[in-house]
Amino acid sequence: MPKTSSFYVSKTMRKLLFANSFYVCTFAANLKQGIFNQNIMALNTLKHFLLLTFFSAFSVAVMASETKDENSGERFDPKEMIMHHVKDAYGMHILTLNEGKENETHITIPLPIILWTDNGLVTFMSSEFHHDYDGNVVVEKDGKKFVNFHEKIYQLNEGELALQFDEEHHPLNAEKPLDFSITRNVFMMWFSVLVLLLIFITAARKYNNNDSKLPKGIAGFVEPLVLFVRDDIAKPMIGEHKYKRFMPYLLTIFFFIWINNIFGLIPIFNGANLSGNIAFTMTMALFTFVITTFSGNKNYWKHIFWMPGVPVPMKIFLMPIEIVGMFVKPVSLMIRLFANITAGHIIVLALMSLIFIFETVWVSPISVLFSLFITIIEIVVTAIQAYIFTILSALYFGMATEEEHH
Amino acid sequence: MTITGIAAIGAGLAAIGAGMGIGRIGGSAMDAMARQPEIQGKIQTSALILAAFVEAVALFGVVVALLQG
Amino acid sequence: MDLVTPGLGLVFWTVITFLVLLFILRKFAWKPILGAVSEREEGIKTALASAENARKEMENLQADNERILKEARAERETMLKEAREIKNKLIADAKEEAQVQANNMIAQAQAAIISEKKAAMAELKSQVADLSIEIAEKVVRGELANKDKQMSLVESMLGDAKLN
Repeated sequence: MPKTSSFYVSKTMRKLLFANSFYVCTFAANLKQGIFNQNIMALNTLKHFLLLTFFSAFSVAVMASETKDENSGERFDPKEMIMHHVKDAYGMHILTLNEGKENETHITIPLPIILWTDNGLVTFMSSEFHHDYDGNVVVEKDGKKFVNFHEKIYQLNEGELALQFDEEHHPLNAEKPLDFSITRNVFMMWFSVLVLLLIFITAARKYNNNDSKLPKGIAGFVEPLVLFVRDDIAKPMIGEHKYKRFMPYLLTIFFFIWINNIFGLIPIFNGANLSGNIAFTMTMALFTFVITTFSGNKNYWKHIFWMPGVPVPMKIFLMPIEIVGMFVKPVSLMIRLFANITAGHIIVLALMSLIFIFETVWVSPISVLFSLFITIIEIVVTAIQAYIFTILSALYFGMATEEEHH
Repeated sequence: MTITGIAAIGAGLAAIGAGMGIGRIGGSAMDAMARQPEIQGKIQTSALILAAFVEAVALFGVVVALLQG
Repeated sequence: MDLVTPGLGLVFWTVITFLVLLFILRKFAWKPILGAVSEREEGIKTALASAENARKEMENLQADNERILKEARAERETMLKEAREIKNKLIADAKEEAQVQANNMIAQAQAAIISEKKAAMAELKSQVADLSIEIAEKVVRGELANKDKQMSLVESMLGDAKLN
């Protein structure tokens, strides 16, 4: 971004603002034209101009009502905001009314917190923390004191009354109990499961009711996707004869990952970033690893431990590489999905926080345009990552069940 | 420079490598598709899989950067 | 660091949720959908196969028909030919028989004519002989009444007798 310095100027010199925003608009227009001028996208210039004018007009309107509170003193920390959105949380926070004022109210769906402590199970609702995640509010349950510090539950040690920190701001006098809480990710996961069951069981019912076995209603939407998984993923990767065994798993991970990728993009769910959470992707990758390992035939293990068709020194050399590769495959599956989805969320949020970093609404056209652009890419990525995860799982299953054909 | 900064540079370097790799895959795939449009589907599938493999390397770099962050 | 540390709780719930989802979808969604799809595909395949069979059968039938028609035509040809041959033969036979009969009849006729002629000749001869005897008797009688006459008659008679 070559014009960052001019944004800083605009902060102090209001007169320059108009010129600057004009520049931003033309810059964005030039950039867009530069990208799309080769008929890649048939956006004509007029539409383009109208769109930009709309955003500029919007910013002017907001600008008029903007009351800049120079004395609030609280600097905006983009990293904290982004991490808060990307990570898991207790309770589904929808929105905050009257932020920073006396009558500040949060609209939140409270979720149960389930902890396994030394004395057994402790459960309470997340609303008992009153939206505090700095460790200030202490909740006492069954004679134990709990605090929520950066969306992690800490159990205060015996006799302590409040959380204390060391120099690096790590909690000193508290332990983390085993945490089986229904966090917003778990909540969204169950929601997505409900949606999936609704879609697919309804679709399956459609087949029972008609004799012609033609896809009707929602089945007409579901069937091409199912056939895509069967004909473009399972059959070519595993083979015509063995693919049937893996179909339920492949279909389930494909749709489970895809729907959670999509739900992660919907803003009202407050970025419940399930498929961008390493615990989720690790579990999925672990399933693939377990299935691959248990369905591996003699040929598969021979290729790992005693590679056929190469000289003996090479066999010895290849063995550790193949063994490492066995574990790298699921690890790369885990990291790929996690990093792709998380990176998408971080970029969208970072572009949005540009407005707050520069503390001017004039950045909003570029922020909105770019995050719109990234969001559209992310919509494609939701499907591509689900596809990649599924096709690679199928590829590994295919490797594990491949027969000798030398 | 803090360790986070160095990690970020490392992630950037990984991204350069992956970018070059994916670029080459994409270019070759386009070339192949132009030459043989009849097996476009197969080329696309393999290109996507290969891109995913290359991308994984860059993502390892990103994860290392996140580990430091 | 926090971002890449998997939380135990989420792993726990994901495992349970995923297994339940896999189980339910497998039983109530994938089985019926894939079953219906493969059933339909089988149906299409068998329908296509039976259509192909029907087409082949049709072709066979047509070929059969043509063959039968050809055979019938050939049979008719041969029958006609035979009939013609028979007719010709019959005509030829009849002609021959007629010829033979005619020949026979002619021969018989000729023979009859010859024998009739012979008989006629014989009768003529006998009648001529009778007549000659009668004439001779009469002449002899007349002539014999007159001795001279008798003698001259005998003379002329004898002269005539050479005619025959």
